[in-house]
Amino acid sequence: MRYARDVAIVAFAQTDTLRRTDELSEVEMVMPVLHDVLRQTGLRTSDIGFTCSGSSDYLAGRAFSFTMALDGVGAWPPIPESHVEMDGAWALYEAWVKILTGEADTALVYAYGKSSPGEVRDVLTRQLDPYYVAPLWPDSVALAALQAQALIDAGAADEPALAAVADRSRTDASDNPHAQLKGSVPSGDYIVRPLRTGDCPPIGDGAAAVILASGDRARELCERPAWIRGMDHRIEAHSLGVRDLTDSPSTRLAAEHAGAFERPVDTAELHAPFSSQEVVLRRTLKLNDSVRVNPSGGALAANPVMAAGLIRLGEAAARIHRGESDRALAHATSGPCLQQNLVAVLEGES
Amino acid sequence: MPELLSAPLVVEFPFTRSLGPVQSAFLTGLRERTVLGVRTSDGKVLVPPVEYDPATAEEIRDLVEVGATGTVTTWAWNPGPRRGQPLPTPFAWVLVKLDGADTALLHVLDAPGPDDVRSGLRVRIRWAEERTGAITDIACFEPDDTEPDDTEPAAHVTGHSGVFDDAVTGIVTPARLDYTYSPGRAQSGYINALAGRKTVGERCPSCRKVYVPPRGACPTCGVATSEQVEVGPRGTVTTYCIVNIKAAHTANLGIEVPYVYAHIALDGADLALHGRIGGIPYDQVRMGLRVEPVWTSSSRHPDHYRPTGEPDADYDQYKELL
Repeated sequence: MRYARDVAIVAFAQTDTLRRTDELSEVEMVMPVLHDVLRQTGLRTSDIGFTCSGSSDYLAGRAFSFTMALDGVGAWPPIPESHVEMDGAWALYEAWVKILTGEADTALVYAYGKSSPGEVRDVLTRQLDPYYVAPLWPDSVALAALQAQALIDAGAADEPALAAVADRSRTDASDNPHAQLKGSVPSGDYIVRPLRTGDCPPIGDGAAAVILASGDRARELCERPAWIRGMDHRIEAHSLGVRDLTDSPSTRLAAEHAGAFERPVDTAELHAPFSSQEVVLRRTLKLNDSVRVNPSGGALAANPVMAAGLIRLGEAAARIHRGESDRALAHATSGPCLQQNLVAVLEGES
Repeated sequence: MPELLSAPLVVEFPFTRSLGPVQSAFLTGLRERTVLGVRTSDGKVLVPPVEYDPATAEEIRDLVEVGATGTVTTWAWNPGPRRGQPLPTPFAWVLVKLDGADTALLHVLDAPGPDDVRSGLRVRIRWAEERTGAITDIACFEPDDTEPDDTEPAAHVTGHSGVFDDAVTGIVTPARLDYTYSPGRAQSGYINALAGRKTVGERCPSCRKVYVPPRGACPTCGVATSEQVEVGPRGTVTTYCIVNIKAAHTANLGIEVPYVYAHIALDGADLALHGRIGGIPYDQVRMGLRVEPVWTSSSRHPDHYRPTGEPDADYDQYKELL
């Protein structure tokens, strides 16, 4: 796929993910990462061509919180801005399209989630089919557990294999100063069998921001830009009972359209909040052991809802910025049991 | 760091939803202990039924009746039921392919323990005693110990008109989420100051403007604000409107209409906040009117603002704050 313009991620910042951040309003949580990416690039808010964010008011129970968070980007005098009620990875997609169309040369993308004020397992039930499913209040862990059992029945995983995914993730997170759960963590008791505490993500608050830029502008702003070679996102049927939960055809299709299978990647940042979901994604994306998967620790080590997907893109880009990766795959998910999936392929120039 | 505030916050809403023809037939059918599916153009039977084919987006209306028994396709044991879930005791979440259906329905299974559940288990519907036309008319599934039925799945499917007396055309779905609300540093400072009947804003370190109520950021400069500044108590009406319809909200029941709701620029503030104007006939309120807050004994913020008796402010003094 050839795009009209070359676009790269040129800066990434994230907060520490913490179990509680009672002392911070959302805009107070977001501002440090906004300032961080601006500082990295030397841009001022008035230099940014387009701003896009991802969040959900349901998490904190604050109506229109995303409009108040805009105070942190300096939205006066008026700026071109948009918001997705989804993970910030989809905000990044919108910003990328905005740059591809030539309407902007730079974009600021940010995402945040405060899960601590509410019960995130209950809150996420409100995204389900309101006629047949939401009245039963199946929480996010329950739905992931149905998927995990389907995988086990299919012979694609067993409980020790799931525990190994969790253990590897949190061990890798030891090197990630922003992670919430680090080091060897006991599997713990079943939350919803077959998923144990260790198979589930920690609940936490956090925010992230990236800056995108096109062509020569990207080269001016970053020594080694992480070029977006392809990006696509796909969705599957709402009803869980019509899907094969052991597979993720939407991820596969998005990856094909993003060019992920054209050449091998060396790194993959997968947005898999549950250990079982990493198994599904590895199978779908045909990632073998030569690929470094989630060196950051992934969502099992820090899962600020609505920002964790954007963080995958940011972590993959940061490895390219640092010269630790030449071609990386970044994946983000939204909805129950990997319903919606986004895949991006990022490359550094040698 | 001043004391951080927090308070319980309940977000509760009874969503009233209308049903399409297929959803209406399905939910009315549950009330009548009849499970309906819908047949796609390639002959698959979807249960629960949808109005549009998930593969082709083609409109589908061909209703069929399927069995009240079925097979578990996957399951998950829930040792700790949560509020709103169908059973108060530990249960299994299940996807069940009802006999005659090609897709699975999400519900719960009442079983003694996880060792009694497996994929492939035969189950049957336990109907709720009181049924209203909702997915919860299925109280749950229970293990089905009758003789295994080895007839072809198609044998369980019979045509159905979808017509019932007194069809359900809508559902009310109550939803409640509980939060502990913390307003953050800047707004906690504002609320704490109100307890001492003072109004504080925060000054932007860059443009020097004072924002009230403070939210911790300057919307013009995009930087954090931190310097607390006491403003008011007096201020100037910058603009206003006359409210003629009584609000249903209980907090407003004691307020007679018409009344004036105004933007008030407190002295020293660079942003107007809003409040009700009292102590003056509504049709004498004007831009530039000088006002001061009126506190009532129990209130946690000014009940309203009343004229101070000072001469009106010059338009030039507040035109930037409109």
